[in-house]
Amino acid sequence: MSVKTLTIDGKMVTGIAGETIFNVAWNSGVRIPRLCHVGGVSDVGACRLCLVEIEGQKKLMASCMTNVEEGMVVRTNTERLQSHRRLILELLFAERNHICAVCVMNGQCELQDMAEELGMDHVRMRYLFPKLEVDTSHERFGLDHNRCILCTRCVRVCDEVEGAHTWDLKGRGVNSLIIADLGEPWGQSDTCTSCGKCVQVCPTGALFSKGRTVGEMRKDRRFLKYIVTAREKHQWIR
Amino acid sequence: MTIEELSDIQEQEQARQQKLANRIYCCTAAGCVSCGADRVRQSLHAEVKKAGLQEQVEVCGSGCMGLCSQGPLVRSAADDALYGHVSPEEAAALVSGNPVDRQLLAGKRIDTTAPFFALQHKIVLANSGVMDPEILNDYIAVGGYQALAHAVTELSPPEVIEEIKQSGLRGRGGAGYPTGLKWELVAKQSSQIKYVVCNADEGDPGAFMDRSVLEGDPHRVLEGMALAGYAVGAQQGYIYVRGEYGLAIQRLQTAIKQAERADLLGNRVLGTGFQFRVDLRIGAGAFVCGEETALIASIEGKRGQPRQRPPYPPESGLWERPTLINNVETFANIPPIIAKGGEWFASIGTAGSKGTKVFALAGKIVNTGLIEAPMGASLRTIIFDIGGGIPDGGRFKAAQTGGPSGGCIPEQFLDVPVDYESLAKIGSIMGSGGLIVMDESSDMVDVARFFMEFCMDESCGKCIPCRVGTVQMHDILARMTRGEGTPADLDMLEQLCTLLRETSLCGLGQTAPNPVLSTLRFFRHEYDAKLAASRGGAQ
Repeated sequence: MSVKTLTIDGKMVTGIAGETIFNVAWNSGVRIPRLCHVGGVSDVGACRLCLVEIEGQKKLMASCMTNVEEGMVVRTNTERLQSHRRLILELLFAERNHICAVCVMNGQCELQDMAEELGMDHVRMRYLFPKLEVDTSHERFGLDHNRCILCTRCVRVCDEVEGAHTWDLKGRGVNSLIIADLGEPWGQSDTCTSCGKCVQVCPTGALFSKGRTVGEMRKDRRFLKYIVTAREKHQWIR
Repeated sequence: MTIEELSDIQEQEQARQQKLANRIYCCTAAGCVSCGADRVRQSLHAEVKKAGLQEQVEVCGSGCMGLCSQGPLVRSAADDALYGHVSPEEAAALVSGNPVDRQLLAGKRIDTTAPFFALQHKIVLANSGVMDPEILNDYIAVGGYQALAHAVTELSPPEVIEEIKQSGLRGRGGAGYPTGLKWELVAKQSSQIKYVVCNADEGDPGAFMDRSVLEGDPHRVLEGMALAGYAVGAQQGYIYVRGEYGLAIQRLQTAIKQAERADLLGNRVLGTGFQFRVDLRIGAGAFVCGEETALIASIEGKRGQPRQRPPYPPESGLWERPTLINNVETFANIPPIIAKGGEWFASIGTAGSKGTKVFALAGKIVNTGLIEAPMGASLRTIIFDIGGGIPDGGRFKAAQTGGPSGGCIPEQFLDVPVDYESLAKIGSIMGSGGLIVMDESSDMVDVARFFMEFCMDESCGKCIPCRVGTVQMHDILARMTRGEGTPADLDMLEQLCTLLRETSLCGLGQTAPNPVLSTLRFFRHEYDAKLAASRGGAQ
């Protein structure tokens, strides 16, 4: 295992070959914003919030998809990146119906936290206000498309950790939707094991446990780390 | 088939064709078929039978002859005459060798010495109009598969790559990456299994070059792919062709079967130890699948979405194996380069861009159709000399190259040579070769809106900037064209342009702002006029 030394925001840090810039940064205390990344499943580089500047490269790179290299000089929080991140969040808030005041995740939501953290306090573009459905056909859980940001965490955790691959996407562009199996109501899915992993990793109130009211939903992500450690290191520790 | 047999067939077929009194080529490309070329061909067959000339006159198909606006096109080989707007009733006169009968057709004869023909330089389209795309022997008669035979017997793979590098050929899909370098990258990978992929997912609005090549000369593309397979050490090729190209798919299927039966593809190519198979993969109508990583995902049977590069496909592509992806036109250039040498190819074109480029002329232009011009020809030559200028006395306003990823070129740049570097300098791109000409009646804000609508519909939805950014940009542009825009809208539009260019995951999103940026650069006054008009309306 070869060790790579690099600079992130002026700080000398080390990572192991094959590790992503994102992981190395977080491990050394540099919190790069993210929405589609969740530890324990593969990365897709879709939310574009974790983009960083790398010296000598014209393009911004998604830090969750780029491996560390010896001598790299990475900047994670420049003026340009901040303004891009805020604009991306504005786009997200304008895309669907993110009404925090009536959301089960109010106060716990990663999208909300991200807006607060990055200083995005108003939206300068038109809200699209799409008419979207809420699927409450499942016995224990619900899916509210209005709050979905299409990060595909649920798709990946269901496929890679639970092994069920109940979730997938249909449609394309702004008309993409998360679907269970081949577009059936969630409650009628043959593959769903009702494990609830998707609900726990969902960053917003799109996937929720039934019976929670505004601001009551709490999500637990520790389970994922437990499973992944168990699988990779054969250590069953909480 | 062995190499000796290949040469025998070539000689026999040439001799047979020479003995004929006439060979009549009826265009069978999609453009002519859609305006009745099939009926013309049927009645030509009937007339030949009626006149009892089956032994002397042969009626066959042909690839695109270029002047699509005058279809159906028919070429008579004996007197090398090209006729346009041919109707089935005129078949008798075409079949007859009698000059009096031919006189009836004089009005339909197209002057092949006109600039449209004289200024073109045909390499990729060289066989269009002189052979039937559905007959293997026709392709062999014009020298087909000789380049492959030469390579597998006399050249080593590095020598083939050296020849391509010497030719200076650059990828014809749009980005213009040096083909020889790409081949070398794949060849250097140590993997036992490698793939060659032909990108035939041509999707730019107004572009139909690749379709015409596939319809008119499918074997040439197969030969180019086989040469690539030999050079990089791949044994399997895929052609990813869009589902809308029914005729091209059919021709490719025929060609692959013919080539396999004749041992020109398969386990023993030309009786040597080299093996190469080609399979078709048919796209389901997504523009983004022209992006190489999305194309790979689609061939693998996954949702057609791009992923971040690196790793680039030459390192890790199809099923994580080294993969060479080139466009149809790039592969079509390979056989002549191997046959005539890289130096010959490098003698055509400009310093940085070698060879020729096929363009699909569309929009407000007299000669709508397919042309091939040497690199470095000016836009003026292409639009006014070859293309015949603007119809109905209209005035040129702008030319759009590169489709939704390209830009609009205004009048002051008409004399800029068309090559990769010069177009990039003026904010457009070569692209795959679609060239849409606009006259003064075009509203440039609406042009930008049109292309943004296209990108919005075609965005895969994976990354946020492209998925939602295109919708917001389209919303702003649509409001502007309706006269409801505000200065704040224009400011937001420019911010979104930068955001999409810098943060989108793949080329679709990164280049989606280009039509907006180039119209803002050259036609900002039109945006300002719209804003002024909407302010006036509000008062």
